[in-house]
Amino acid sequence: MDKRPAALETLAGAPATAATASRWRWLGIFALVLLAAALPFALSNYHVFELTMVMIYAIAVLGLNILTGYNGQISLGHGGFFAVGAYTAAILMHRYGAPYWLTLPPAALIGFALGVLFGLPALRFEGPYLALVTLAMALATPQLLKYFDTWTGGQQGINLVKPVPPPGLGLGRDRWLYYLVFVVLLLAIRIAANMLHGRTGRAWVAIRDHPIAAAAMGIDTARYKTLAFGTSTLFTAVAGALAAIVVGYVSPEGYSIFLSVSFLVGSAVGGIATIGGAIVGGFFIQFVPNLANDISDAAPWAIYGLAMLLFMYTMPRGVVGTLEPWVARLYSSRKTPLLQTADRLPKEG
Amino acid sequence: MHLMHQFLQQIFSGLAAGSIYASLALALVMIYRATDLVNFAQGEMAMFSTYIAWTLVNAGLPFWLAFFITLVVSFLGGMIIERVLIRPVENAPVLAAVVVTIGLLLIFNSVAGWIYSYTVQDFPSPFPDRPVFGALMTTRDLGVIGFTLVMLVLLFAFFRYTPIGLAMRAAAQNPASARLCGIRVGRMLAIGWGLAAMIGATAGVMVAPVLFLDPNMMGGVLIYAFAGALLGGITSPIGAVVGGLIVGITENLVGTYLIASQLKLTVAFALIILVLVFRPNGLFGTAIVRRV
Repeated sequence: MDKRPAALETLAGAPATAATASRWRWLGIFALVLLAAALPFALSNYHVFELTMVMIYAIAVLGLNILTGYNGQISLGHGGFFAVGAYTAAILMHRYGAPYWLTLPPAALIGFALGVLFGLPALRFEGPYLALVTLAMALATPQLLKYFDTWTGGQQGINLVKPVPPPGLGLGRDRWLYYLVFVVLLLAIRIAANMLHGRTGRAWVAIRDHPIAAAAMGIDTARYKTLAFGTSTLFTAVAGALAAIVVGYVSPEGYSIFLSVSFLVGSAVGGIATIGGAIVGGFFIQFVPNLANDISDAAPWAIYGLAMLLFMYTMPRGVVGTLEPWVARLYSSRKTPLLQTADRLPKEG
Repeated sequence: MHLMHQFLQQIFSGLAAGSIYASLALALVMIYRATDLVNFAQGEMAMFSTYIAWTLVNAGLPFWLAFFITLVVSFLGGMIIERVLIRPVENAPVLAAVVVTIGLLLIFNSVAGWIYSYTVQDFPSPFPDRPVFGALMTTRDLGVIGFTLVMLVLLFAFFRYTPIGLAMRAAAQNPASARLCGIRVGRMLAIGWGLAAMIGATAGVMVAPVLFLDPNMMGGVLIYAFAGALLGGITSPIGAVVGGLIVGITENLVGTYLIASQLKLTVAFALIILVLVFRPNGLFGTAIVRRV
């Protein structure tokens, strides 16, 4: 079971220079975390809210990256799983009076279970076929939400009571929610990194790069692909629940096909097979539509589309996917970067 | 008797809608076979072509002349899009190319809204609208179906009997060997995009009198065409046509007999996916054989 590929092993057992590189890396990450923790005190409530949304989208895109980037399964339907998380939180809070923070575990659980259920038939589909199946899910989401209106409030959606920050911290609501989401994001990144850099992640990457060879090495392809689906939708559903809590409102229109496409675009712009790319993607999803609106009132989506084209022309592997090898080269004497070995393999066929 | 009549009526109007899906599905399959890429902008390109036809007709040109000019413009436009906008991501990861086509979708939609506004416009139908065959179908449906069939026969003849059609197939099947035989693969790709844009334009012009013309007109059509292409098998042109027709009929029958229009799309898709679970490469598609 799960024999580690020899090539990866030699790469992981890096020479001493890699240790320095890794120290710099950790310092950089530490500085970023400090900066992110200090930011809310330098910004207005509205900007804090915007950054909170960036982090929520980042969690959702991270989920998509696990599936598409590391396991090679494309999804045009993650907006649907985002909606599942959001409505789980909303229904629990609205109908059952659950405290907001207690809605996250059920959202994660339902997201995971649905993802696994969805992943089972998805095992039979590849490439454009999987895209169609997930696209169907994205299209069906608003229709289903409107149809089961006794639970979902139909067209009107559900208005939620905004959470009250715990007393004694001296934080306003927006700043409190920022820190809540921040902690969940850090946790999500930690979990994702552990999985991706461990045996599970290696199995996923092996399946992505060469399913037959992976199976021949003894990787249970079906199990790992389903696990990738479940893990991915778990992240996205938690992000959806957080969005419902932070925005305080859910309605079918918010979860159209456009949301699913945004996730995919954010993922591609940041870099699909990266963790940091998810944060870049979050920024893109949150800010580029507004920027486009500022640039041109008449045709904002044309500007948004142009931005997508520009990013893909200049950085086809996404911002992080393209820049990471360069940054790694800066503080390492190694000529080849440690990461993204899979990208460099020649394409088969 | 009455029920039977209604049922046949639904089948025929499904065929009319299906032949439009079939055209667009064929455009998708052509591009997929050549470049392994689903062109999500295909519907919006068709919408834009339809606006060009609409402008020409409004300027006083006779319908068929306007239609012909639209085809030429669409063909050139498709070629330019491939050479200028798609070529930079030719060797990039597939997802980058997919994102570029999604970007094009947004650009076309937004620019059309900007130029022509989002107001819904009437579009003239080239075919009169009279019931025929004991009110089983209308002359318009008949015209749309007949027109699509003629176009398909022409296309198959083109790919089967003309040197350039054969060269295009060679370029799609094995670019490296085709290049060694002296075929200009890049140019063939561009012609393929041009042809696809042209087929899309006919789909747009045929559907506009029914759906009315607005920048979001082709959204639903593209989705059904995509479903049709995959149902038939994304690598098979015949499959695209059959798949498109089946999707058209299914959509109509589900809407009439099974469930209110609210969940029509959901149920239609559930049925298509059910078929695909048993035939994962589509009805006519061939399984991809991989070398280890």
